[in-house]
Amino acid sequence: MRYSRLAATGLAATLLFAGSLFSGSLFSGSVSAQAQPREISFDSAGDFLKLPDDIHLGEVAGVATTSTGNLWVYYRSGGPNATLGASRNYINGGARLLEFDKAGKYLREIGTSENDRPYAFLFAQGVRVDPQDNVWIIDRASRMVVKFDRSGKVLLTLGRRPEAIGERGSSAGSGVYGRGTGAPGLGVPGDNFNQPTDVAWDAAGNIFVSDGYGNARIAKFDKNGKYIKQWGGTGAQPGQFNVPHSIAVDAQGNVYVADMGNQRIQVFDNDGTVKSEIKNVGATRAICISPGAHQFLYSSNSNATEDPFLNGEIYKMELDGTVLGRIGRAGKQFKEFGMVNAIDCRDPNTLYVAELMNWRVQKLSLKN
Amino acid sequence: MKTRSICGVAAALALSAAVTLFAQAPAGGAQAPAGGAQAPAGGVQTPPGGRGGGRGPVSLLPKAIDAPDIRYEVVPNFMKMPPNVYMGEGIGVDINSKGHIFVNTCAQQTRNFEFDEKGNFIREIGKDSYANVFCHGLRVDAQDNIWVSDEGANSIVKYNPEGRAVMILGRRIEYPLNGIEQSLPAQDPAPPYVFNRPTDVGFDAAGNIFVADGYVNSRVVKYDKNGRFLKQAGKRGSGPGELTLAHAIAVDAQGNVYVGSRSDQRIVVFDNDLNYKTVYDHVGAPWSLCITPGPHQYLYSSNSNPDNQNTEVHKVTGQIFKMELDGTVLGKFGVPGKEQGQFSTVHGIACRNENEILTTEIVEWRMQKFILHPTAAQGGK
Repeated sequence: MRYSRLAATGLAATLLFAGSLFSGSLFSGSVSAQAQPREISFDSAGDFLKLPDDIHLGEVAGVATTSTGNLWVYYRSGGPNATLGASRNYINGGARLLEFDKAGKYLREIGTSENDRPYAFLFAQGVRVDPQDNVWIIDRASRMVVKFDRSGKVLLTLGRRPEAIGERGSSAGSGVYGRGTGAPGLGVPGDNFNQPTDVAWDAAGNIFVSDGYGNARIAKFDKNGKYIKQWGGTGAQPGQFNVPHSIAVDAQGNVYVADMGNQRIQVFDNDGTVKSEIKNVGATRAICISPGAHQFLYSSNSNATEDPFLNGEIYKMELDGTVLGRIGRAGKQFKEFGMVNAIDCRDPNTLYVAELMNWRVQKLSLKN
Repeated sequence: MKTRSICGVAAALALSAAVTLFAQAPAGGAQAPAGGAQAPAGGVQTPPGGRGGGRGPVSLLPKAIDAPDIRYEVVPNFMKMPPNVYMGEGIGVDINSKGHIFVNTCAQQTRNFEFDEKGNFIREIGKDSYANVFCHGLRVDAQDNIWVSDEGANSIVKYNPEGRAVMILGRRIEYPLNGIEQSLPAQDPAPPYVFNRPTDVGFDAAGNIFVADGYVNSRVVKYDKNGRFLKQAGKRGSGPGELTLAHAIAVDAQGNVYVGSRSDQRIVVFDNDLNYKTVYDHVGAPWSLCITPGPHQYLYSSNSNPDNQNTEVHKVTGQIFKMELDGTVLGKFGVPGKEQGQFSTVHGIACRNENEILTTEIVEWRMQKFILHPTAAQGGK
């Protein structure tokens, strides 16, 4: 698996990484013609986030609503400072977390200047809001998941941002960057993540982290952050992953993992036993399960970097994978999508989608 | 941009070597250019494999060096910055329909500044943008949108007149594990939507977008106004339609596309469908290009003095040429130097007003305004 082989430094890693950008296959999923379901018609609220003059969105990695309809947006900004370390080079800054009201009006930022921003804010990967309206950010570069209460106070940290300068003689081997000594892709037991991607909770408050680009596993913690177990490994067999990129839990506690590189959603029970897989919905970059008595599953077949006009549709499904319809396509206009990286579906007929390549959030109203 | 690129560094090394060689063995002398221009003292040439992109010695002396001088003056102290805001290296400059001036600069971060028509600072555009990585250019289109080319982010961002990003072409490489910007390998042909150190952007009357790409890729790419790929042309080299460092681009009213191929000192002209038309190889290295609006269009090209600070090279570079669109040289102006009114490696030209030229320069951190007084033979009124 190309990502797990990446060393932390070195030319080989550079070329490998760059090469994967062009492969296209990993992050682009074609869906067979006979599987094409009906189109769900929808409207986009267009440019509905109202920003202060001096704040500009970059690649929007995550969007999530609160119980009162407010929006949290976590995105990749500019302005990083590089710290050159002996074995690791670091970027400080480069991710910002904003809150908006339900009309899209800007309310505030968590950390209003570069030095005030939380230590984990390096490279936005996602944001989710739990049933108690706590705000959880997932940061790929700091390798952390951080829980804030609604006021912005830090309640829990999972993972630890690597120090900028390594210990003399340290290497990117066992135990560093979340790499374990077990099966490939299984990290160190615990919260030592390697480029985590997403977080979800069951009704009891247990925490599930998809981890991620470096590891290929799901890590389960109790509601207090105590490690319970992990599962996964690198590969395409049932229970293995090729970039587990998004995660959601249904009301019964089943765990849905968007196994993006394998172009499938794998469904596990609450303890990580494989139950089923959902295929033929493309490269599953972002998934979401709506609340309520009848839950729906949404999944985005996001376009790849190499083609902003290929694929891009979002599927609406029953939890068993039955496709109910498809929404939109790739592109740069409103009602088109530029690499959707997150979906919020608190209201199953009002989706918020975060786009990496179009630097925006769209509010979608589904019509049928 | 500067000589930070691989090819740029190579060129700089080759130049240094050539100058040294010439000083020791003047009998080898400057190669007389075919255009018949006289070589001034200190004429410089590069060995095979150097700046000429492998096709043999290329004189740094522009064939059109004897073009008549255009009388000009500089507007003193034109750029007015507020206290504690600093211009960095001046990279791109353009003017909108209201006369406001936009500048792209390599400061501590890459930044874009807006000035009024008198050169007073107004505001910053795209502050803290994800694509502010390594500045390379700025252009304003006919609708006053501001397009910023960033060779580090491999992106070109379209800001609307209010300063909001509304379209992004290309994509910055996703977060590298060790925190430094990584390079993509060279590809020929390159994927339609993946830039590799792009440099500049231009537009035709229909709104089609033309991208010069760039330091590593060697092509010009045409997209429709919505960013959908239409066609590309060019590969690395110095043959017909080939490019060696596509560093600048301009489009005329008929939709013809002029690409500055900097490292082999050619302006390569394509039609609107990117079919090769012709080449102008007599005005030195086209670091920056600009075409004036109006019924009679002119082409300006800067044979910028390289930023390697080689004073021998400066003797034969640093002028901006004024041409007809067919390449006929009407005149030249400017000399290298650090004083006001001189050029210290021009990287951007704005020519919305035919005889009021704005430049941004790399080595002196500034934007300058020049007033030209061309004679009738030089296109003056």
